[in-house]
Amino acid sequence: MASKAEQRMTWQVGSRAERRYLLDREGLLAPLFLLPSIIYIVALVAVPFLLAIAFALSDVTVGDPSYDFVGLRNFAAIIRDSTFRRSLGNTVLFTAVSMALVVVLAKLLALILVADFKGKWLVRLCVLLPWTTPVALAAVAWLWLLDSVFSPVDWVLRTMGLLHGNAVYLGRPGLAMASVIAVHVWRITPLAAVIIMAGLVAIPDDITDAAQVDGAGPWRTLFEITVPLNLPVIAVATLFGAILTFTDMTVVYVLTRGGPIAATQVLASWAFFKGIEGGNLAQGAAIALFLFPVLLAAAIAILQSVRRMEVR
Amino acid sequence: MAVVEVRDLHKRFAGGVVAVDGVDLATEEGEYLVLLGPSGCGKTTLLRVIAGLEQPTSGEVLIGGSPMTGLPPRARQIAMVFQSYALYPHKTVLANITFPLKAAGIDKAERRRKAEWAAGLLGIGHLLDRRPRHLSGGERQRVALARALVREPSVFLLDEPLSNLDAKLRATAREDLREFQERIGVTTIYVTHDQVEAMALGDRIAVMSEGKVRQVGTPQQVYRDPADTFVATFLGSPPMNILERDDCLVGFRPEHLLPRGIAEPGDGGVSLDFHVHRVEHLGSERHVVGTVGEIGQETRVIAVLPSTVAAPVHAGQTEPFVAAGRDLRFFAKSGQRLERQRL
Repeated sequence: MASKAEQRMTWQVGSRAERRYLLDREGLLAPLFLLPSIIYIVALVAVPFLLAIAFALSDVTVGDPSYDFVGLRNFAAIIRDSTFRRSLGNTVLFTAVSMALVVVLAKLLALILVADFKGKWLVRLCVLLPWTTPVALAAVAWLWLLDSVFSPVDWVLRTMGLLHGNAVYLGRPGLAMASVIAVHVWRITPLAAVIIMAGLVAIPDDITDAAQVDGAGPWRTLFEITVPLNLPVIAVATLFGAILTFTDMTVVYVLTRGGPIAATQVLASWAFFKGIEGGNLAQGAAIALFLFPVLLAAAIAILQSVRRMEVR
Repeated sequence: MAVVEVRDLHKRFAGGVVAVDGVDLATEEGEYLVLLGPSGCGKTTLLRVIAGLEQPTSGEVLIGGSPMTGLPPRARQIAMVFQSYALYPHKTVLANITFPLKAAGIDKAERRRKAEWAAGLLGIGHLLDRRPRHLSGGERQRVALARALVREPSVFLLDEPLSNLDAKLRATAREDLREFQERIGVTTIYVTHDQVEAMALGDRIAVMSEGKVRQVGTPQQVYRDPADTFVATFLGSPPMNILERDDCLVGFRPEHLLPRGIAEPGDGGVSLDFHVHRVEHLGSERHVVGTVGEIGQETRVIAVLPSTVAAPVHAGQTEPFVAAGRDLRFFAKSGQRLERQRL
């Protein structure tokens, strides 16, 4: 017995064994596994980001790609532009109203998602459907729903006697903005709901049971126990949602293309129209970069509030 | 104060698991009733059904004589302490304790007064501004008790409140719990899997297994006169020795198996040749492990000799031991206790 074990020991110390345990060495494995994500971040995040900074400080256009450094002239130019200022205001409005609606709706949906009842799989499917629908498909459906002449929403309202003629959702400034917000909320709420649901599931059953035994009804349990305990996760969902909203241009691009007369133009879409469609790469980059410090500040603020809640 | 009564209670979970299988049980006024059983025996489910956190599949729960079936926990005048204590982590100790009072709509000054009274009673008055995460296990348990106490419930339900404490703290916390209940005199139902807790705390113990109550009685009754072999072997450490015979099972406690000379068989007792395999010295007592064969099949048994019994017992030898007639218990092969008194 002893000699057999000794044999195995010597065999393990040999070079074959070294090769065999190569993958157990952390010094080798860690960089190897990190490599794909490092390549990804450098190639698709760092390089474009630095390129955008370089463009924003230059006079590069699609027609004249030669690089000349112009300092902050692009920023001065876009700030003087009334469409830019309108877009900035719209972006803030779009984000604030969307997120307020998303948080409330997502919390409600999350409560439905964790509830246990018959046919819950069907409800869960419906809740997640907007998030899984391809944007192109959803856009076609919404364009039809909000059509200026054939809108089924108008038809329903007319049948109920609440509307005469057509509402022309995408043609009037206020209604157009409301439509953009509604579609965006519809798209983003499922994601927030799933994040908040994960937070709800993490609350121990004992705590809600204790609240019940302590005499709290459903409302008190919700507002004094569930929501406060869920708050850090709600903050994370809000952070994600706000960044997705702040940088989003798909809904605007598909529904209104920023119109009527810049009434729904947001920074992301304006940067796209100016830089890509208008060919002024330098100003487009400057507009896009304008978002960066705002988002950075928002991210830091929310992450700090989350940490405060955790150490409390 | 109120009597809790449970009538023919069944609880079957959605997956088909039968947790409570026909339980009839009633507490007495101000009694400390312990539900004792191994994990999975249905004791916690029974407690949760009494609390109203689970609805029974069939059967009735009565508190203070009124049927409670279908009523939510907040309608039942009960307070419960959970195994995890279930303190609200985002609230201070004061807010935790006053939460039931707030839910009952009691005004702020009165809430504060009652919370201070309960905290003083449990010796946690200096912790009111802390949050649960900054408390030790023992302090958390006291906060949970204070939260249960403030609303002056008619019934206390305790679900293994000591199992999260370390062994040393558990002994003192157990004494405190008993003293506390004696002082406030509220009917208490206490769930545990720890027989020492059950014996020390309970006015009566209900021993449960597989969803059924096997026996209800005072600690002495369930220990001395177990209703079946499950109770006999679940209670006692080491458990009762059970020897199989042709017609029945014979049981006796390890401390009743003593060297001849220290004890005599007396009326109906038996003398046994004890083939000693091993002797364990545990300080206050010796555990002697071996086999006996005279009164049934060759069976492994354990004798517990207090350190005051100096008789030499050596491993590998056969020693004459006796079990007195009054200490023998007889069971049918099915496990049920028999009336029979002698071999």
